[in-house]
Amino acid sequence: MELQAVLMAAGGGSRMTDLTYNTPKAMLPVGNKPLMWYPLNLLERMGFEEVIVITTKEVQKMMSTDPKMKLDVKMKLDVVCIQEDGDMGTADALRHIQQKIKTDILVVSCDLITDVALHEVVDLFRAHNATLAMLMSKAHEFTETVPGQKGKKKTAEQRDFVGVDQSGKRLLFMANEADLEDGLSIRKSIMRKHPRMHIKTGLVDAHLYCLKKAVVDFLADNKSISSIRGELVPYLVRKQFSKTTNCPKIKDDAEDQNQKKNDEPHGRQNPLKLCECFIISTPNSPLLQLAQDRSCWNDHRGDMSEAYHGGKLRCYVHIMDEGPCYRVNTLAAYIEANRLAPKLFEEVPVHPSAVISERCQMGSDSYIGAMCQIADKTSIKRSTIGNSTTVKEKVKVANSIIMHGVTIEEGCNIQGSVICSNAVIGRGADLKYCLVGNGQQIEPEGKDHWHEHTP
Amino acid sequence: TDVIIESSVGYFTEGPERKDDIVKAKQEGKELTKEEKQRLRKEKKQQKKSKEKKDDKPSRDSEKEKKPASAASPAPQTPTQPPAQKAPSAAPAPVPVPASETPSAADKPAKSKAELKAERRARQEAERASKGKKGDVGPQAAPGKPKAPPSELQPVVKRLPEHVQVDNPEVLKKLAKKLERQQIPLRSDYGYKVSLFSHLHQYSRKAPLTQQLGIPSTVIHPAIVRLGLQYSQGIVAGSNARSVALLHAFKQVIRDYTTPPNEELSRDLVNRLKPYISFLNQCRPLSASMGNAIKYIKKEISNIPSQCKEEEAKRKLLNCIDCYINEKIVLAAKAIAKYSIEKISDGDVILVYGCSSLVNHILCEAFEKNRKFRVIVVDSRPRLEGREALRRLVQKGINCTYVLISAVSYILPEVSKVFLGAHALLANGYVMSRVGTSQIALVAKAFNVPVLVCCETYKFCERVQTDSFVSNELDDPDDLIVTRTGTTQLEHWQEVPSLGLLNLVYDVTPPDFVDLVITDLGMIPCTSVPVVLRVKNVDQ
Repeated sequence: MELQAVLMAAGGGSRMTDLTYNTPKAMLPVGNKPLMWYPLNLLERMGFEEVIVITTKEVQKMMSTDPKMKLDVKMKLDVVCIQEDGDMGTADALRHIQQKIKTDILVVSCDLITDVALHEVVDLFRAHNATLAMLMSKAHEFTETVPGQKGKKKTAEQRDFVGVDQSGKRLLFMANEADLEDGLSIRKSIMRKHPRMHIKTGLVDAHLYCLKKAVVDFLADNKSISSIRGELVPYLVRKQFSKTTNCPKIKDDAEDQNQKKNDEPHGRQNPLKLCECFIISTPNSPLLQLAQDRSCWNDHRGDMSEAYHGGKLRCYVHIMDEGPCYRVNTLAAYIEANRLAPKLFEEVPVHPSAVISERCQMGSDSYIGAMCQIADKTSIKRSTIGNSTTVKEKVKVANSIIMHGVTIEEGCNIQGSVICSNAVIGRGADLKYCLVGNGQQIEPEGKDHWHEHTP
Repeated sequence: TDVIIESSVGYFTEGPERKDDIVKAKQEGKELTKEEKQRLRKEKKQQKKSKEKKDDKPSRDSEKEKKPASAASPAPQTPTQPPAQKAPSAAPAPVPVPASETPSAADKPAKSKAELKAERRARQEAERASKGKKGDVGPQAAPGKPKAPPSELQPVVKRLPEHVQVDNPEVLKKLAKKLERQQIPLRSDYGYKVSLFSHLHQYSRKAPLTQQLGIPSTVIHPAIVRLGLQYSQGIVAGSNARSVALLHAFKQVIRDYTTPPNEELSRDLVNRLKPYISFLNQCRPLSASMGNAIKYIKKEISNIPSQCKEEEAKRKLLNCIDCYINEKIVLAAKAIAKYSIEKISDGDVILVYGCSSLVNHILCEAFEKNRKFRVIVVDSRPRLEGREALRRLVQKGINCTYVLISAVSYILPEVSKVFLGAHALLANGYVMSRVGTSQIALVAKAFNVPVLVCCETYKFCERVQTDSFVSNELDDPDDLIVTRTGTTQLEHWQEVPSLGLLNLVYDVTPPDFVDLVITDLGMIPCTSVPVVLRVKNVDQ
């Protein structure tokens, strides 16, 4: 088997707590499908047959009852539940499932919506025998007004500084603005090896990583690393250029696993060093080394060193120029995703089981979920309406996202808002750019709610 | 079958008589058998052809010539239309058959073994023909030469490999069917092909085969997918490197292989390797050295005795592969270096072309043995492999000069020897190597500079080629596009209807330009290559 897929669906959605108050992030509806359906669909389209899903018990329960998950997802899902307290980072979760990991892994986050051709990332991983291959995308500006926020508040998102080499594929440098308080410093060893580096800041990390199995084993022994994106990836990127440590001679690819176990007693005094050097300087099997020596290919030119500068740890990144790639971890991203995801997947605008009266004006880019009841004289434009929602007469809904089980009484006017599940909007209410939380009730004749935020 | 032999006997005497037989049969009201009708049709066609050919030779010869036309088509192994010149090789097979039949039928003495064999062969051919393929061979082969001796050779009907028949839609269809059966995606050709080379594949590097494969790959072993990617992206390039990488991947395949129940390892493993080889071929056409390595492995696998346990068999195979690499590549390189160092004297100026792993190895060894020489590295676009050779030599401390191939006639007066690497050595002594090699050899010949080709024996192949058009490899034409000072002139080359970009990879050098071939068996002249091949075949 070549790659095992791991879906991280235990995240709490800390940057959009209003939405995730009652619904876990993985099951938030986007275009009337649960959020985690999108990465699962991506994996299924690529040809994966099994996915290990790391999630919470709550999500697992919701997954088993959700019709979309049961019907559309044909892969075998191996669900691993972890505690909900949120202390477990993504790397901790990998450590938790270390026993299940038999080969290299592809880690995907549940909030990724994209249609990238995965082979671009995986080809980098295969062709260069890389330790890490990840996906990034040019960030798109969010154009929609975010409800619940007065004015365009530019959240001080910490920027990521990503340094790539001239080909744009090899990852040389990665740091977050928060860690660069006194300026960005680049080691001389990197500059000597790669004199031309492009540093990009406007990139979105898609949280899609191909990792070698050795990295998972390394994590098992290094309990200090708890987050893949926050700690593991920068660590690996840094270690590409560290001096190679002396390592016990390891014979052959197939035999080195056994050898490593045999070396345990010796390596006991310094387990970190052993694992580190296992990733850093895993010697190639002699045949592979011979092939590399005889090959007339080099990844760089201008200096005297061999291909890859002799380094065994290599990190690669594929940067998507065009095409959708969203990480739904903020409210603005959620709204954008709702707007664009259904178009991506050619969603049927009106679910067959929805009951819509004839005198309803429905725009072409609106999506109505299952079992909805839309009464007369309503106008629905550029909106997504979730399952089992009731919309009474004379309601105007524009640019909004209405989740499941919502009741909207007559005469309401809803613009640019997000109404969470099971909310009730009283008669005649006028909501503009509001965010209504789960199960909330807006009193009837509530006028001129503007940019309000009811948790 | 009795009927057939009889009528063929009747055919020996005179051509037209047979027709009379059939006419008689018609008149007698007998129904013509299907095969007789076919024979009649065939005969009419042949008579027409003989009139067109205006041959002065006796009817036998003319009919012999006609025969190839009919012999070629029904032969079941040739689904494609072999060109006319290949057909005569098929002729001798049917000819001696009926020839030897004549005495046996006529005289009926104690039939000798050869005659029995010939009869059996005739019967088989007749049966095959009567199965309804386009006309029959055996009986119609009749008119031939009673004088022709029963041939001792078994001439093989030569057919063109499919990779040089890309402009033939039937061949493409067959290839597509074969790949579909093996569940391997078909890689589509890219861009406009120059008409002289339209019979070869031309792929784009930006459209890798993995686009059409599922991730993770289940049909093809991951090591093979990785290898195919490395081939198509040029990460593993060079004849030796490709063979070694191929064998390494095969080792992994063998390690991960388990014999399914009710199957034998010796047969099943070979079948398992076939789709992998097709896949690698789609990624990048196989080199001659890789072909020889594959042949060796397949032979070793088929020679595994059936009572051998799986673990032991696998261990044996892995061992064989290691031995093969050690003998044919590593030790061969040492031997060649030893011979070449005798040819390098102090004060030499050696010219090398491109990046040949073997030539680099030789020069490094010679430098370590304290020979005083300097090297001129000649390089050419678009691969610019000479830069890598230059790096390796300079790293060792060798004094190097670097020129592009356009300057080779300028620099040659300084050169005392030319060392060239080879991709393959063909059976007629031609050297197949990176494109540009033949030019270097030509210019060197004009300047009377000795040209030495270094090549291991495992790269000797039985193909025969006299020019670089018939069989070659077309690389991605977009590699020729270069951006200078911000402008890319050829960016939209596809939109210009009369423009074609050609990126050849190999060319053949005639043996007249090569003075010596240094192999691990010693230093031989170019024309001794068929001898080495014959000796190798006898050994195996």
